[in-house]
Amino acid sequence: MIVLTIARLTLAEAARRRLFLVLIILTGIAVVLTGWGFAQLSTVDIRTGSDVTPEAARSLVVSQVLILVTFMFSFVLALGAAFISAPVMAEDLESGVILAVLARPVRRAELLMGKWLGVLILIAGYAVLSGVVELLVVDLTTGYLPPEPIQAVVLLVGEATVLLTLTVALSTRISAIASGIIAVVLFGVTWILGIVGGIGDAFDTPQLSFVGAIGRTLLPTDALWRGAVFHLEPAAVLLAYEQAGRNVAAIFPFAATQPLAPAFLVWCVAWTVIVLVLGWLSFRRREL
Amino acid sequence: MSGDAGPAIRTDTLVKRFGSTTALDGLTMAVPRGEVFGFLGPNGAGKTTAVKVMLGLTRPTAGDGEILGRPLGDLSARRHVGYLPELFRYQAWLSGRELLLLHCRLARMPRASHAAAVAEALALVGLSDRGDDRVGGYSKGMQQRLGVGAALLGRPELVFLDEPTSALDPVGRMEMRPLIRGLRDRGTTVFLNSHLLTEVEQVCDRVAIVDRGKVVAMGTLDELLAGREVALRLGGLDAASRAIVAGYGEVREDGEWLFVRGLVEDRVPAMVEALVAAGVRVYAVEPRHESLEERFSALVSRTAT
Repeated sequence: MIVLTIARLTLAEAARRRLFLVLIILTGIAVVLTGWGFAQLSTVDIRTGSDVTPEAARSLVVSQVLILVTFMFSFVLALGAAFISAPVMAEDLESGVILAVLARPVRRAELLMGKWLGVLILIAGYAVLSGVVELLVVDLTTGYLPPEPIQAVVLLVGEATVLLTLTVALSTRISAIASGIIAVVLFGVTWILGIVGGIGDAFDTPQLSFVGAIGRTLLPTDALWRGAVFHLEPAAVLLAYEQAGRNVAAIFPFAATQPLAPAFLVWCVAWTVIVLVLGWLSFRRREL
Repeated sequence: MSGDAGPAIRTDTLVKRFGSTTALDGLTMAVPRGEVFGFLGPNGAGKTTAVKVMLGLTRPTAGDGEILGRPLGDLSARRHVGYLPELFRYQAWLSGRELLLLHCRLARMPRASHAAAVAEALALVGLSDRGDDRVGGYSKGMQQRLGVGAALLGRPELVFLDEPTSALDPVGRMEMRPLIRGLRDRGTTVFLNSHLLTEVEQVCDRVAIVDRGKVVAMGTLDELLAGREVALRLGGLDAASRAIVAGYGEVREDGEWLFVRGLVEDRVPAMVEALVAAGVRVYAVEPRHESLEERFSALVSRTAT
């Protein structure tokens, strides 16, 4: 099957890139450093009020630090997804490698799908592997595991998928570096729009909430990140947010008070399909 | 598909414009099956654009055509087509063998045939002992030969070679000629894009000369070069005797020589007789065969004026 042939080729090529190697090495270093940090955290003497045991308090602290570490990881994942997927179409178009491939009985849709699938497998594989290793390290050093780690990792993979789909679609028309930069900038803008929307939710300002809604509809990366955060929050944290008033937590980019609605997850899938189709339409009309 | 009648390639008034530039300006031609067809033209004549349009890599602005009896860009026709792009670029991180295997898969060749097809292609272009080296480590000439090998994988019915010797040294160029003739011997149609006249003259059965996106002459080499010339060195010419010469063909004067174009050999004695009778002294009569180069420059410069 041509799509799988292209996907395998893309996977092998992207995995050979120095950028990916650097990503793996830095991730390894980050896992070791955070492991050391969590180990330190588990030895800290925590004094609490009467109704919270030191163990529960420690779990709470670990859970919050883990969310911050995950945020860093999510940022690196987004950057990696954008810059690893940017060259897979653009470079072949610029160099002319694509000519010999498309003169074969290969549809442009097959080529695009294969390229997309190849980077998706690579990025998803990286996300799952590094996520599992980090969670294992946290478990080993502190004995803490977030309530729903699998859901969180799946949503982070979803966040990366959205961003790499956008980048691949952009790179059918514009250069690799420009596609990567545009994707990362949009990722940052949506993150800020998420905070703006959160402020709107917290202070009942419909205009700001609307801005947030527009942002997560146009590029659902931040919404998927918040969705992942929800699955990393222990019940005690959720309860605390609840007691503080349901919407206060919405201000913080590292907090979530509710899971993603199933309808929004459907939108994320639809969004990915739509952007891929737009990428295909752009690529189909492109002169080689 | 090999049993199909009709030409291997047929184009009908193909037009391709890029903005205000017209690359193809009503390209009409037919390439018979089993021949080596030379597509000859100066740089910028539209040769590469024509190939890209025929392969479906670029859409024509107007006009249409057929490849192996199927519409331009048709997927099933491309199963039987090989292509060496002018700017040959391949995945540099693959080995030569891996690259050819990739193309076997892309060409949807039966899996069982891959190993033999790759070995045959490597041998054909003299890269058997470098097949396991990375393409990025190949010289330009080796990369071009590998590209020719990739184009010939699975014995396609039609092969487009766009300037296939541009990166080759003189020895490599000479080696390419028997290779192309060998393709014709096994029934492959070869569409050879070139601006190298000797290359075309030595391997092609049929030639189209293209200039500014249009075919300005087409035919077998014999047909194209049929417009022969006779060179005359005469003494005592006057207006009356000049008129006699002009009655036999198109006359061009160059120093003390007169060149009569379109004069068939059978009529030479009659002309000489008439000139002698008119008192002209005939020093030399030399039938000349026009070279492709002369024909080419005459055609291309004529359209340029």
